[in-house]
Amino acid sequence: MLLTKAEMRRAMLGGALSLAGIAVFVGLAVFALLLSSGASSILAAVLEPYILRVLRFTLLQALLSTLLSIAFAIPVAQALARQQHVPGRMWIIRLMAVPMGLPVLIGALGLIGIWGRQGLMNALLLKLGMAEPISIYGLSGILLAHIFFNMPLACRLMLAALERVPAEYWLMASGLGMRPGSIFRFIEWPVLRSVIPGIAGLIFMLCATSFTLVLTLGGGPAATTVEVAIYQSLRFDFDPGRAVVLSLLQIVLTSVILGALSFLPAPGDEGTTAGKALRRPDGRLPGARLADGGVLLLAALFLGLPLMSVLLAGLRSDLMKLLREPIFWQSAATSLAISISAAILALLISMTLVSARRAVLLRRSGAMGAGAFFAAMGGASSLVLLVPPIVLATGWFLALRSFDVSAVAPLLIVAINALMSLPFVMRVLEPAFIVHKRRTQKLAASLGVTGWVQLRLIDMPALFKPVLTAFSFAMALSLGDLGAVALFGSDSFVTLPWLVYSRMGSYRTNDADGLALILGIVCLLLTIAGTMGPARREVAVHG
Amino acid sequence: MGDPQFAIEMHDVGLQLGTQDFHFDCRLPAGAVIAVTGASGAGKSTFLNLLAGFDTAAQGRVLIAGKDVTDEYPARRPVSLIFQDNNLFAHLDIFTNIGLGIEPAMKLSTADRQSITSSLEKVGLAGFEQRMPGTLSGGERQRVAFARALVRNRPVLLLDEPFAALDPGLRIGMAALLLDMHRETGNTVVVVSHDPDEVKRIADFGLFIEDGRIVVAAPIDEFLGREDHAGLTQFLHS
Repeated sequence: MLLTKAEMRRAMLGGALSLAGIAVFVGLAVFALLLSSGASSILAAVLEPYILRVLRFTLLQALLSTLLSIAFAIPVAQALARQQHVPGRMWIIRLMAVPMGLPVLIGALGLIGIWGRQGLMNALLLKLGMAEPISIYGLSGILLAHIFFNMPLACRLMLAALERVPAEYWLMASGLGMRPGSIFRFIEWPVLRSVIPGIAGLIFMLCATSFTLVLTLGGGPAATTVEVAIYQSLRFDFDPGRAVVLSLLQIVLTSVILGALSFLPAPGDEGTTAGKALRRPDGRLPGARLADGGVLLLAALFLGLPLMSVLLAGLRSDLMKLLREPIFWQSAATSLAISISAAILALLISMTLVSARRAVLLRRSGAMGAGAFFAAMGGASSLVLLVPPIVLATGWFLALRSFDVSAVAPLLIVAINALMSLPFVMRVLEPAFIVHKRRTQKLAASLGVTGWVQLRLIDMPALFKPVLTAFSFAMALSLGDLGAVALFGSDSFVTLPWLVYSRMGSYRTNDADGLALILGIVCLLLTIAGTMGPARREVAVHG
Repeated sequence: MGDPQFAIEMHDVGLQLGTQDFHFDCRLPAGAVIAVTGASGAGKSTFLNLLAGFDTAAQGRVLIAGKDVTDEYPARRPVSLIFQDNNLFAHLDIFTNIGLGIEPAMKLSTADRQSITSSLEKVGLAGFEQRMPGTLSGGERQRVAFARALVRNRPVLLLDEPFAALDPGLRIGMAALLLDMHRETGNTVVVVSHDPDEVKRIADFGLFIEDGRIVVAAPIDEFLGREDHAGLTQFLHS
């Protein structure tokens, strides 16, 4: 009896309420989609050439992005693993974490700064006598951006896998005189081969549902993904029918991918050994040093230059003028209010789910209902992966079409953002909560410490750090999100990312640069606050 | 170059790792079983790493089998290695694990394949070629490591507490196998050991390391009889 009757009841009730809330919120959106589609028209619409083209492009760019990200990540991970003492190694690893905390829109701006028409790359190539061979818009830009965001993710997971190899392997390999080719074939590749399917699945999922990058760098019927097509159908063509078909298509697509993902091993990054110095005698060979140095320099430039471009462009803009504009303060206040509310909501929901899941486990009743309740609460937290934010927003947009949407838009965005961060928040909180409870539950129960006292004296001090991690990540995610707000944004309802995006569109790029710098710094600070804790966002997607 | 009666010579070898200083100077007889002893952290592993090439001397010279290997890469030194654990790549079968010892890119001739099979017979694991390391016991895995050392056929075999992870009963059998191999090949064996009984049983020559220095180096009878060194006395009677 580790929980009193009242505690048990409260935990179960809280979990049931959260579960019901999520189910109703997502269910109503899907219901609205189905209702406005008129079931028979779906099949006909799916076969429409436009939709087929969008679907094909979505899959094609996701596939290419995945392959290229992984192909780039392998040599970088190898080099980082091989060169344990190269100067700046720690900084490169930290640099790899930046794209994960950076709002996607900001990353896109940075990439445009380097690879765009007026960017460094094209200037360089022009000087070399080529006529602007790179275009950041269209497929190549989308691929570039997806590599920018996902190569570091793949690389960190691969590096963690390589560093889990027993230390003796590397000593033995060099003792036996294995050349880099042999080491790759007999040690590195077998390790990588076991993690690459999981990593590839994860990246494919992220790229197939990528919205903001495709919106800013793609566009046009030739380079549109399902998510962006939904947005365009609603905001520009005002063709709700097509938006519905595309939304349902997206749900089918994500279910297929998630279904396939469940067969792959989840990429874990446990055991990242930042402090442990491994001996890699094979990295001491001059050839290896030179090659690895080159690869690392290339990776550092690829990741660092766009960030540098955001910084420099931001500083060059008229920050003082921006700070005097009321629209800046208005949108900053809106963004702050939304992101804090979303983070609090996500924390509340996940705490109730986590407590209820524990209560179910403690009851140990073999009833079928209990097991289903337990699984449902776990699954609900990842429901947003199945029904992506844009699809949720579309459903609610259609449901509320006849009302004044702008009145409830902030609430909808808070709810959608909270759901977006839920898989991650659960991943951070649940293990921490379980471990903490296992440690303290017997003592607390025997002393009779319950309720607020337990929360204040026992739970808060121990769970403060994971809660802070979860909160700051959830807030950063919401703060940088353009997906949900894209459908509901208007002149009277503006968030910071929306402001950046609209300034980019209206050729006031100077303003966009300044705003991007501010937003980017805030999100990075939140991410840094978050990474002091144990988990990272990439793991969350895997539920 | 070196004197052929010594398998290993360290001439005034020094290096610093972190805050710890090491200084080794010794001549170790060829064809002997040499036990390296000392407390944890005294420098036994560093001594072995200097021979294997994982650490390189900041000063002085290291000679193995008469060859100056001070700045030589690990693979080019005339030594084979056996660690306490993880001697086999867990995802490769036994045949490949041994084969890598002959040719690190696995380009094996028929004679090479034959020698892998016979090496397995010699360590009592005939027919184990296709097995994976995970299906073997700890003792069997160490036998495979011995088989690999056999096919490599290097004049010096370095072992870092090779039996520490095994049951006491197994240790004696493995030590006997090591001695059999030693007699057959006439190689020089350098074995780090924590176990005084093991040292008495197998070694011809003893080294005692303390604070990064070799404080006793003597033929085994003399080594075991030394009473003038507190650390060594404590080790021998532990």
